[in-house]
Amino acid sequence: MEITTTEYNRCDVVKMTGRVDTYSAPKLQEVMDGLIEAKRHNIVFDMADVDFLSSKGLWVLTETQKKCKKQNQGKLVLAHTNEKIRGSFDLVGMGGYFEIYDDVTSAVGSF
Amino acid sequence: MQKNAVFPGRFESLEKISVFVKAAASAAGLDEYATYAVELAVDEACSNIIEHAYGAEDRGEIECDCIVLSDGLKIILRDTGAPFDPDAVPDMDPSVPLEDRDPGGAGVFLMHKVMDSVEYRFTLKGNILTMVKHK
Repeated sequence: MEITTTEYNRCDVVKMTGRVDTYSAPKLQEVMDGLIEAKRHNIVFDMADVDFLSSKGLWVLTETQKKCKKQNQGKLVLAHTNEKIRGSFDLVGMGGYFEIYDDVTSAVGSF
Repeated sequence: MQKNAVFPGRFESLEKISVFVKAAASAAGLDEYATYAVELAVDEACSNIIEHAYGAEDRGEIECDCIVLSDGLKIILRDTGAPFDPDAVPDMDPSVPLEDRDPGGAGVFLMHKVMDSVEYRFTLKGNILTMVKHK
C-alpha cells in the first residue's frame, strides 16, 4: 500500500495503490485530513491502482467529501474507479455523492 | 474441496485473508464480480470480528474455512470473542442522506447485499458466521 499526493494549481491528486480496508483506511484519512487542514479543499482521488474498497474506505471518502464541501470550499472527485468498486458505491446509495471521471486529466480539469 | 487457515486477529491480516478466500473463489469457479463480493463480505466480517467480537486487535484468532460447493462457495468464519450478531446491527437505510448516517451499519449491509446467504451462530466456543455465494 502506498499513498502519494501531487500538487496542481487548482487541486491535489491523491493516488493510492492496493486495498482500502480497515488497516489502510486510517492512513488515507490522515492524508486527506492533512490536505484539508492546509486549506486544500479540491481533491482528486486517483483509484487506478485501488483494487478493493471496504465500507471503511467508503466512509473515509464520504467524510472527506463532507469536509471539502463544507461552506462550499471545494469537492472531492474520483478518477479511474473500477466497476466492482462502483457497485459498492451504488449499493450503499453513494453513487451520486461523487463525480467520477474516467481519467485523472478529466478529473483535474473539473476544477 | 475444503481449505482451512487461521489468522491473527489484527487488521494487517485482512489482506492475507483476502488472498486466501480469492484463491478458494477461483477454485469454486466464481467470476470476478462474485469473487469481489466474497472478498468484500469476508473483509467486512473479519473487521467486525476484530472490532466488535474481540474489541481490539491481537485478542484472538480468526479461523476461516472455504468449502467449494457444486454451485458456489461456502465460507465459515470462527472466532472466540464476545457474542457479535451482525444481524443485531441496525439496518443501514441507503435513502438516508449521507450526512445523517452512522458509520457503523454499511459493512453488515454490504455483506447481506453481496452474498446469497449470511448466517450467524454463537456457541460455547465462540461466534460462527457462515456465508454462501453462488456462481
